[in-house]
Amino acid sequence: MQIKENLKEYDVIIVGSGAGGGMATKILSEAGLSIAIVEAGPYYDPANPDQMTQMKWAYDSPRRGRGTTRPFGDFDQAYGGWDIEGEPYSQVGDTQFRWFRSRMLGGRTNHWGRISLRFGPDDFRKKSIDGLGEDWPITYDDIKPYYDKVDKLIGVFGSKENLPNDPDGFFLPPPKPRLHEMFYIKGARKSNVKVMPSRLSILTKRINNERGVCFYCRQCARSCMAYADFSSGSCLIFPAQKSGGQIDMYVNSMVRSVTTNEEGKATGVSYINKDDKKEYKLKGKVVVLAASACSSARILLNSKSKQHPNGLGNSSDIVGKYLHDSTGGGRMAFIPELMDRKIYNEDGVGGMHVYSPWWLDNKKLNFPRGYHIEVWGGMGAPSYGTGFNVNAFNKFFGIPVGGYGDVLRKDMRKYYGSLIGMDGRGESIAMKSNYCEIDPNQVDEYGVPTLRFNYKWTEHEVKQAEHMQNTFEEVIHNMGAIALGNKADKSSNFGLTKPGEIIHEVGTTRMGNDSKTSVVNEFEQLHDVSNVFVVDAGPFVSQADKNPTWTIMALAWRSSDYIIDQFKKQNF
Amino acid sequence: MDRRDSIKSIMLGSIGVGVLFESCVNGVSSEEIKKTISKFQYGRTEKEKTYDKKLFSIQCFSKKEMKTITQLCNLILPPNEFGSIIDAEVPELIEFMAKDIPSYETTIKNGLSLLNQFSIKNYSKSFTDCNENQQKEFLDEMAYPDPDLSSSEQKEEVQWFSLMRNLTMTGYYTSKVGIKELGYVGNTPNVWDGVPKDVLDQYGLSYEKGWIDKCVDQSKRNETAVWDDDGNLLT
Repeated sequence: MQIKENLKEYDVIIVGSGAGGGMATKILSEAGLSIAIVEAGPYYDPANPDQMTQMKWAYDSPRRGRGTTRPFGDFDQAYGGWDIEGEPYSQVGDTQFRWFRSRMLGGRTNHWGRISLRFGPDDFRKKSIDGLGEDWPITYDDIKPYYDKVDKLIGVFGSKENLPNDPDGFFLPPPKPRLHEMFYIKGARKSNVKVMPSRLSILTKRINNERGVCFYCRQCARSCMAYADFSSGSCLIFPAQKSGGQIDMYVNSMVRSVTTNEEGKATGVSYINKDDKKEYKLKGKVVVLAASACSSARILLNSKSKQHPNGLGNSSDIVGKYLHDSTGGGRMAFIPELMDRKIYNEDGVGGMHVYSPWWLDNKKLNFPRGYHIEVWGGMGAPSYGTGFNVNAFNKFFGIPVGGYGDVLRKDMRKYYGSLIGMDGRGESIAMKSNYCEIDPNQVDEYGVPTLRFNYKWTEHEVKQAEHMQNTFEEVIHNMGAIALGNKADKSSNFGLTKPGEIIHEVGTTRMGNDSKTSVVNEFEQLHDVSNVFVVDAGPFVSQADKNPTWTIMALAWRSSDYIIDQFKKQNF
Repeated sequence: MDRRDSIKSIMLGSIGVGVLFESCVNGVSSEEIKKTISKFQYGRTEKEKTYDKKLFSIQCFSKKEMKTITQLCNLILPPNEFGSIIDAEVPELIEFMAKDIPSYETTIKNGLSLLNQFSIKNYSKSFTDCNENQQKEFLDEMAYPDPDLSSSEQKEEVQWFSLMRNLTMTGYYTSKVGIKELGYVGNTPNVWDGVPKDVLDQYGLSYEKGWIDKCVDQSKRNETAVWDDDGNLLT
């Protein structure tokens, strides 16, 4: 096959345009470096009317929004999902890892929950605390200045709480709680569960003149046309272009491997153009991988050469290992007090206005690490599924369920907005035995070898999930609600989600000071190859019970500063 | 044989026979396809557009089946001053979903066929030719699930009717007329400034000062944020 080579040599090639790639693009381009972004999906702008789904109604879709082609519904802005035609992955044994990919400019930042939590001081030194996993090679103090800068650049609402392991930042003010959230506050406090305003990267107040202010449609998952929420395109890449950055964008381009020279240094990347299915090469002095933890590991493992026979950066055999996702568990409840409630516009921001950070001391518990609780509910916009089992709650009152005729109208009105849900999102232990690797027997439709997953939860995660279920039940009781369905028990691992389902997969190129037990150093630079960096969640040593995005961006910024410094020292 | 038994035997019989029914056929004119496409503008990718177009070009149910669906949905949710299942395009939605979720096609057709077999047996005419009281007799047999059983343990015909009720309800309440009837007033630019006072009072709730002091002052939402070095918001 003929490979087409682009003669231009970029300073930096960035693979992937999500949180990490977007941040690297902004910082590196503003330092005057020439950048190529290589993105596997199409160009996407939340303000493009042809792509926009924000403010659409269910009836604008022939399936009223059902998630047939997009797992979170027709209007969700993630092009892709757990299963992408032509891009398979496989499992070892009875592993059931679920790998969510979003193929578009901005990647998964276009639809994510905007939950923007800093890791706390303890989150970088968990092994020192409980003996499990590994400590990070950096401390909270190393990353704090970057968290501060990310807060100010992107915007995040929250409140000062002075909690030891949930550090405060530069917050915009949070929105007032909704009604069901006030029921949650009541129930949680009675159960001694801490509750506070949530921390989301949504602009409740102006931060600059380029981006709008939230207009409260609750549709951040559709990506904001006013750029009032954080998406990598609208907040990082477009501003970088606007301020004159030398940025070339290669979209619909699936990177196969990092190319190297005789000395083993990276020379660029080879990619397949999805439109003509031909292979191309780009030259760069530095390659920054930001394709997502598993995709970046895959690229490294597929970059075999005489100098790197085990894959690039993999002399330690650690690439792909220590893959870990957040734990997840949930429970729904019906609040009888909210029957026939007054209807008003309570859309609010996209996501919860209140949440519970981890509030307990593991020394008194039978499992390590914590979880936070997210809350949902209220009077949402009708969409496919609204009105299903319309009067199922009749059973709580001994009234017949089902029927037909005008009575259904009354039932619809009666129960609308009376549902509340809680979701736990917790920290799992990073295990060497949980990994992704190249499947020797499979390639994707572009001919690139695919990933195979091997992942088992440990007893730690199962016990944590059991604790979640007990907490949910108690809080539900204490808010005067009725828990729905059966309580998850041992037979279902206490409702513990499958690994990958929370879409916080991290750890596949973990950082450390020892090149034998880690893949990158504290600046996310490969130990083996000085001009290759990984700035997605791959370098995470541990997950914390915090969502990864804010830390991805703080680290990517810190690493980008290091790259600029190395360019100044002419080390590339 | 009482009616319940006869429903059961017909249901089992029809499932045993398998694919008795005409399957989805192509037969939609290109003009109609164009019209449908232009009706649904919702930010699709090229791949999704191709998929939708394929479904739009297929007519899944016969005219008679569509008529049965329409009558049935009208019984499930009769018209009122806000509108009807026709205004809400519920039959069209059901037809589309039978293509979008392939397993629905056979399930829905099975049930429609059952209704007709049942009405022919009892009244020697098809379901659509029965009067409303006769039609409701059939519905009464299927509309009330056994509260002690899970949904998958219910009788086949009860499961089928639940599906039709679900599709009718969701179709109506996700339509323009249904949303208006429900009273949902969101999906529009606005400024959230908390639960209305009368609602808080109704539930005996109030915002506590310590919490509310941290929350956004909506009169200053357009003033650019400025902080001191300790992260205290100054604007």
